[in-house]
Amino acid sequence: MISILLLNYWVAMILIALGIFIVISKSNLIKKIVGLGIFQTAVYLLYISPGKIIGGTPPILAASFSTYSNPLPHVLILTAIVVGVATSALGLSIIIRIKEDFGTIEEDEIENLLSKEKKIVCLFLLVKFLH
Amino acid sequence: MENNLLLRIISKLLIPFIALFAFYVQFHGDFGPGGGFQAGVILAAAIILYSLIFGIKKSQTLITIRFLKLSMCFGLILYCITGFFGIFSGSNFLDYNTLNSNHIFAQELGIFIVELGVGICVFSVMLLIFYLFVSRGKK
Amino acid sequence: MSFFISQIPALIVSVPLFCAPLCTISNHKFFSWLIALLATFFCFVCSIFLFFNIHENMVISYAMGQWLAPWGIEFRIDKLNSFFILIVSFFALYACFFGLRSLKNDIEQSKISLFWTSYLLCITGLLGVLITGDAFNIFVFLEISSLATYIIIGLGRDKKALYASFQYLILGTMGATFIVIAIGLLYVTTGTLNLFDLSFRVKNIFDNPALITAIAFLFVGISLKAAIFPLHTWLPNAYSYSPNVTTIFLSATATKVAIYLFFRFGYDIFGPSDIISTLSIGKIIIFLSLLAILFGSIAAYKQSNIKKMFAYSSVAQIGFITLGIGLMNSSALTGSISYMFAHALTKGTIFVLIATLIFSLKDIDIKSISGLVKTQPLIAFLFLISLLSLIGFPGTVGFISKWYLILGALQYKNILVIVIVAISSLLTIAYVWKISKLIFLSEPIKQNFNIPITMKFSCILGSVLIITFGIFPGFLINNANEISSILMSR
Repeated sequence: MISILLLNYWVAMILIALGIFIVISKSNLIKKIVGLGIFQTAVYLLYISPGKIIGGTPPILAASFSTYSNPLPHVLILTAIVVGVATSALGLSIIIRIKEDFGTIEEDEIENLLSKEKKIVCLFLLVKFLH
Repeated sequence: MENNLLLRIISKLLIPFIALFAFYVQFHGDFGPGGGFQAGVILAAAIILYSLIFGIKKSQTLITIRFLKLSMCFGLILYCITGFFGIFSGSNFLDYNTLNSNHIFAQELGIFIVELGVGICVFSVMLLIFYLFVSRGKK
Repeated sequence: MSFFISQIPALIVSVPLFCAPLCTISNHKFFSWLIALLATFFCFVCSIFLFFNIHENMVISYAMGQWLAPWGIEFRIDKLNSFFILIVSFFALYACFFGLRSLKNDIEQSKISLFWTSYLLCITGLLGVLITGDAFNIFVFLEISSLATYIIIGLGRDKKALYASFQYLILGTMGATFIVIAIGLLYVTTGTLNLFDLSFRVKNIFDNPALITAIAFLFVGISLKAAIFPLHTWLPNAYSYSPNVTTIFLSATATKVAIYLFFRFGYDIFGPSDIISTLSIGKIIIFLSLLAILFGSIAAYKQSNIKKMFAYSSVAQIGFITLGIGLMNSSALTGSISYMFAHALTKGTIFVLIATLIFSLKDIDIKSISGLVKTQPLIAFLFLISLLSLIGFPGTVGFISKWYLILGALQYKNILVIVIVAISSLLTIAYVWKISKLIFLSEPIKQNFNIPITMKFSCILGSVLIITFGIFPGFLINNANEISSILMSR
């Protein structure tokens, strides 16, 4: 019974590692948002797993039960879920604007475009200076 | 998708029930799973289903973007007014006991009003995000 | 009146929250600015009341909804808090006042009311982080302020602002999620979320591996938000490409709030002797701070975009502040707290001056401020004052804080720390000299440009405050000393 409960924590840690890896390694901006979502979902699992009391019922007051599971982690996770949704929505709207302005949503192509602009500006200044 | 008979009829049957379920989740939030955020999302999902099938123009004639911006602000202001009511009555911010003399009823009333504010705000924000994302592609 | 004062902890957070949707409803360029100005002015007045009502070890505790701590959420204000609240609300007012003229050039006209809405939400979040006494509430307010920050950064005209905002979003959300993991582990090991209660419960269970994991996640998460050396990569882009009002506001407040979390968790709750020396977190912080000082100053020297140069300079100065945290003696802590105030004032004034010049000249290349002493001597003089404060010249506010930090480094008795602290001033002089040469010794490129009166007034106000706190440092140093003695006595 105890080892089955520990499975939650193993899964949470593996998902945290996977989520961070996706954010770091993938260059597509939408995949980064997906990785962030996986990371945050693993954190919700990490919060709720200790909230379950062995032998406890769902936390609604009733006369025939005396042991209840802890309701506080559930409340905290509701708040964290809302924050995660807002962050994903904001990230996706920024990606839409990036696609309109840059034409691409691959991180390495955007970096190329930015450094090309820098090179053009430097060349321009160099030419002006030499004149 | 309006020409698809199956989609049109099933959605017209289902959308009222989805909206009813959203109101159920809203009002039973302090006794079962639910609350303002979940209810707002479910109600927004009902309207989004309608706009997916019947088109954005039809759903925007019913719920305009200007109405959504106003109701989003109204939800947050409702929450803050509940909080300030506690201060105006001489107690702390968000003190529900000042809303009514009966202690239990005051707590339930306070939770009801703030969840209503949260639900209205979340519904408007979700629907507004959908409208703004969809209208972007047409430019 | 005293009832009003007793309700200030709730009002200082809820009034900007209430005024933010009013800005959206009004949908008008001038009235949304006016609502933002009135809200930030109200917050500043409240923070003055709070600051001057707290004496010595006094703590104001405000129970939200009359649910008493430790079951309810309480807002807990002591000397450490009230000092930071004063700084944040003053700079919110300062940047908001400056923003009336400056914002018209920086973002599209239709979005100005939305900018002020996000600005007020950002202030709500930052003041909420500073004032709350509940651990999860810190995360909620931190995320409110972070989301609003991503918006006000991304509204800049340059399309690079969008990419900078996205980068900050990814890194900031990861930092906040690390903080959430830490708070969850703290709750699981101690059973409470109230910060005051937490400080009692962690003292007995100190070798619990879950607690040590929580501390590790907490410090990495806070370092991401505070832009400490290897995790600072979002800061230069976010400061350079955002609208000028955002840069002024963020450079003075956002990282300071994260460093406040360092103070609160590292010194107040966990106790310096437990964490900072036993777990060697102090040594790690000192090492990273030294790297930050070196790297930030060298990178600042090589920049050609003037806003990016001062953004990298901010990275170096934040390294200075965290050096004081890691050194863990009372003079270093005094230096760190007063340097936070000095840096906010100095960087705020520098970015106000740069924003004034960008507004008048419409250019951000470093060459365009050449010969400023001949075309606009007043602005050149004010620039000189703020650059001297950045170096730490005696007579400006930067000097007295650096003095205490050097005293703290001498007490720590490690030769490397002392050498790098001494070199840091030289490195700062290197890039400050680069700017000063352009301002004072070059020929002017652009000749006739006018500077609006309100912007001149903001610049003069900032520089006057720098000189005032430099010549009469008593107020600053007394408060910093009191705070550091409170923190070191845990």
